[in-house]
Amino acid sequence: MTTELKSIVCPICGCLCDDLEVTVEDNKIVKMKNGCAVCEAKMVHGYNSEERILKPMIRKDGTLVPVSMDEAVHKAAQILADAKYPLLFGWSSSTSEAQRVGVELAEELGSALDNCCSVCHGPSVMATQEIGIPTCTLGQIRHRADLIVYWACNPWASHPRHVERYTNFSEGRFEKSEWKEYIQKIKATSGKKKLAAAARQSHFMKYQPPPRPQTCVVDAPPQTIQKMGRKMIVFDVRKTMTAEAADYFVQVEPNKDYEIIQALRCLVNDQELDVDKVGGVPVEYLKEVADALVNCEFGVIFFGLGLTASAGRFRNIEIAIALTRDLNKKTKFVISPMRGHFNVTGANVVFAWQTGYPYALDFSQGYPQYNPGENTAIDVLRRGDNDATLVISADPGAHFPKAAVQNMMKHPLITINPDWNAISRLGDVVFPTQWCGIEYEGTAYRMDHVPIVLRKVVEPPQGVLNDEELLTRILAEVRKIKAEKAAAAPPKTKCAAKVEAN
Amino acid sequence: MVDQKLRATIITGRTIDQGVGKELGKGSQEYFDSAAVCFMDKVDMIKLGLRNGANVQVTSKYGSVVVKARKFPRGSMPGMVFIPCGLWANAVCGDDTFSMGMPMFKGFPVDVEPAPDQTVLTLNELLKKEFGKGM
Repeated sequence: MTTELKSIVCPICGCLCDDLEVTVEDNKIVKMKNGCAVCEAKMVHGYNSEERILKPMIRKDGTLVPVSMDEAVHKAAQILADAKYPLLFGWSSSTSEAQRVGVELAEELGSALDNCCSVCHGPSVMATQEIGIPTCTLGQIRHRADLIVYWACNPWASHPRHVERYTNFSEGRFEKSEWKEYIQKIKATSGKKKLAAAARQSHFMKYQPPPRPQTCVVDAPPQTIQKMGRKMIVFDVRKTMTAEAADYFVQVEPNKDYEIIQALRCLVNDQELDVDKVGGVPVEYLKEVADALVNCEFGVIFFGLGLTASAGRFRNIEIAIALTRDLNKKTKFVISPMRGHFNVTGANVVFAWQTGYPYALDFSQGYPQYNPGENTAIDVLRRGDNDATLVISADPGAHFPKAAVQNMMKHPLITINPDWNAISRLGDVVFPTQWCGIEYEGTAYRMDHVPIVLRKVVEPPQGVLNDEELLTRILAEVRKIKAEKAAAAPPKTKCAAKVEAN
Repeated sequence: MVDQKLRATIITGRTIDQGVGKELGKGSQEYFDSAAVCFMDKVDMIKLGLRNGANVQVTSKYGSVVVKARKFPRGSMPGMVFIPCGLWANAVCGDDTFSMGMPMFKGFPVDVEPAPDQTVLTLNELLKKEFGKGM
């Protein structure tokens, strides 16, 4: 039987594109429309590939052996209940409903609790808490923004439909799409390359290759920054596909973003700079950018991990927000982080409304404590504080530094993932789970904090639970084990009870 | 004159091929082909005597990994190398967070040298080598 479903939400990145059209045949996705390359790889091929985990497994004598769900749940609960300070990490590719149960589990265990935000936009959260953030929804940007700045991010690779749906290539109510101009630019570039190739091959023409620049800055200030209509400015350390599509690309030296943003703040505030270059960029270029920023009607800065993960960390974001604040004295400007996983924003939101804090939580004292740099997953791991780890909907095996994973491996590891990623391969108790947004529905938060309901497209494999059901079972088993332990423990003396109470 | 070693600044990040590869499966050939690579500036490759697809060893003070060198297709980035997110990139990344939770994914020094006699390890082989576990 063939079913065609419309308005399906893509469970990949923070864009949460909600216009996918999916064809389902015999409970399998066979075709889809409107998705990007990454979405199609997951929705049509990856979700049902050979890499799929279908049975719970426990490592016995170094080998993973299939076991029943009850046995795996009991084993995982036993590990967590026996641990003094487990670490619960991941959550960003799961539903908000599952994240809520996760917070309850962390509180029950007195554990460290962190989400993927700590290795992506954790510094952005810290900066926002310091000085606030002037922002808006992606819909506002789509309809009104006439100047888009992508700073240290490459949406062409990490959010492939961001430019098409929300910024320059989208058709807004008050701003036109720049698709046609981009296609003309591609044709012109292609024509130039063909001419150069023909010249190289010709025996009649002496081809002289263009001289290579000696510095990082490769482009002279082009006239496109003065053009009418929507403009895109890209700041990056290398020329990405996004930079190639931009009207103005500024190539900066690695780790020099703070200086450049600070220089732009000076120029926006009509101050003079007494240097020729800042962060490898001539001041002349920055003056053009500052003019464009001030003269737009509605501008937006999107920033990525190039700011959060390079030198300066959250200070880079703080100064970028300060620049946005300065610009708001002269025009309308907003700023927005490019969130990675489809529900990493949801993890921050759920943790915040459950505990008051968005990530980097510690429940070891019986109440939530928040301290990035101490309770964040990498810091807990590098100190070796945790004595067990539960990873859900994430792959720190492939995305954490080697030293952190090596410390994780010293203690029991429980993994909950739909497929065999790097961390599942390292797990001691491995749970399969359903693909959220494909096999079960739930809530996810888009990068601009708009909650969107992910839909179910196909039936899950038999016996495989979703994240919320699985965590609820583990939580119930942990409570049961702890109650049994408490019942079996010898009665406390008055003195011991008093000491514990203190 | 071919140089023996290049001192470069490393950047790790996403590529569309790595995104597609990870969604097809971390054990897939597509993921291996897209993540176990190091994009370099053309001039730097000439300095090291590297052809496109040659094996290189990337070493930082945190670790070392062998990946395939690829010419960066757009613009120039002298003195900079780019490895897509993944296990191979993380083998050289540091876990110092500067008290902010964020490890060293970008902008630290590495040495790049030709490694014609060494092989690029697959995901399973690298997991076994680094962590002593795997499937």
